[in-house]
Amino acid sequence: MRMLALHLGVLAVLAAAQFLLPAYHHTNAARIMVLAVYAIGYNIAFGYTGLLSLGHALFFAAGMYATGLLVDRGGEPWLALLAGLVAGGAVAGAVGLLALRTAGPAFMIVTLMFAQAFHLAILYWGGFTGGDEGFTLSGAARRLGPLDLADPTTRYFVALALVSVAMLGTLALVRSRLGRVLVAVRENEERTRMLGYDTFRAKLLALMLSGLASGAAGSTYGLMFGYVGGSFAAIQYSILPLIWVLMGGAGTVLGPLLGTALMFYLIDLSSSVTTASQAVVGAALIGLILFAPRGILGTLRERGLRGLP
Amino acid sequence: MSLLEARGLICHFGGVKAIDGVDFDLEPGEVHALIGSNGAGKSTLVGLLSGRIPVQAGSIRFDGRDITRLPAHARVACGIAYAFQITSVFPRLSVFDNVALAVQRTGARDLRAGTMAALDRVGLAALADRLAGALSYGHQRLLEIAMGLALAPRLLILDEPTQGLAAAEIDSFKALVRSLPATILLIEHNMEVVMDLAGRITVLGNGRVLARGTPAEIRANPVVQAAYLGGRDADA
Repeated sequence: MRMLALHLGVLAVLAAAQFLLPAYHHTNAARIMVLAVYAIGYNIAFGYTGLLSLGHALFFAAGMYATGLLVDRGGEPWLALLAGLVAGGAVAGAVGLLALRTAGPAFMIVTLMFAQAFHLAILYWGGFTGGDEGFTLSGAARRLGPLDLADPTTRYFVALALVSVAMLGTLALVRSRLGRVLVAVRENEERTRMLGYDTFRAKLLALMLSGLASGAAGSTYGLMFGYVGGSFAAIQYSILPLIWVLMGGAGTVLGPLLGTALMFYLIDLSSSVTTASQAVVGAALIGLILFAPRGILGTLRERGLRGLP
Repeated sequence: MSLLEARGLICHFGGVKAIDGVDFDLEPGEVHALIGSNGAGKSTLVGLLSGRIPVQAGSIRFDGRDITRLPAHARVACGIAYAFQITSVFPRLSVFDNVALAVQRTGARDLRAGTMAALDRVGLAALADRLAGALSYGHQRLLEIAMGLALAPRLLILDEPTQGLAAAEIDSFKALVRSLPATILLIEHNMEVVMDLAGRITVLGNGRVLARGTPAEIRANPVVQAAYLGGRDADA
């Protein structure tokens, strides 16, 4: 109960922040919340199920392109958004059917390979996808019924709604029977199998849920900021959610949001003082590995906050 | 009718004939011990029965159904549970969660009640909120057995369950096994436990069945005495 209150409290603070933040940070916060949904999705596979994927940009971009291409051709934005979700989940399912035959480093390489193939396909069929330059979405394409996503306030609340659903959904997942099985697969797959669980199916389900959230994030990100481009399918976008989750705490519900926000502002602030912002990020990651290898919330959980989901 | 019928099982690893033409039957409700020196093929045989190792030749029937090609997790659903030799609980999960994983597999509606009942059975109910990895070795063994029990199996395979237990813990383990309704297949090095609990004993050597019978018959069998019980390297 206390943990539910904690998570609702965080969401309430985010809702209140809407009225307090200056315009610049207001936009950042909306961006962070959508990217946090991506990290939350990544965390389901990596943090809870132990699937270290290096190809999640594929699911993020699948959602973004499914939605973007549909609305760009005059599709109904609501349906396009739905298509983005389905694309994320379905592509993750298809990739999972093949990639989950491997484990460990081989799984990382196979997922990376699929994502790279998709990125190259986007560039290759540039006439259709806009290639590296991508394409911008018109105002009409970014209207979800009465919600105009070009309007900062609306955008903020849509991002907040999305991150709320993702966060409370994860909270429900990790407290469910399925969540217990996913954690068991992460801890000891062979033992879980000998308790009668089809661990392949469990991992596939986790990857699909993860892809669904990633697709939702990609889809919404495109609509909110009005741009769809090949860089979102590139390898950086597979590495970013891994870093966000590691920073905040893998296998914690709040970790992905915290990690995304910290990393976003770390880059934002450091690049305002130096051009070597990547070096600052690197130093921060080294510090993380040395002093809090389980991430910020993971370390807090080890140091006494044991009930933290 | 037998609960389990294995015929002509073969499992070779490269040139090593780990299991080389074994027939094996389990009667419903019996406690059957599997003994043999290290490398005799005991763990491979239960690996074949539980589905951890694929069968190369031969067949296995459980309760009249052919399970030769069934994957391990599906055999658990049929009612075959396996408690690991090397303690293999989930150390970073709570004791409760360890057992709850087994209980929820059976589709139990009241997870808490089922889990606490299984923990009560092995005397670990008071430790439910501890991390499994923080338990003593003996308690981890009991937890492993509780996980097997919680699956409500018809056949429970216990792989060296008393290894590393203190004498008092072995006594309570024996009482626990006697109270179980399931058929038990026991792999065990401790001869006192075997002679005490088992109704029948199968002796393996070099991947084949050397002898099979009641504890008294096995004790009197000259082949077994030479190969295992009485030999100078009996503990090998």
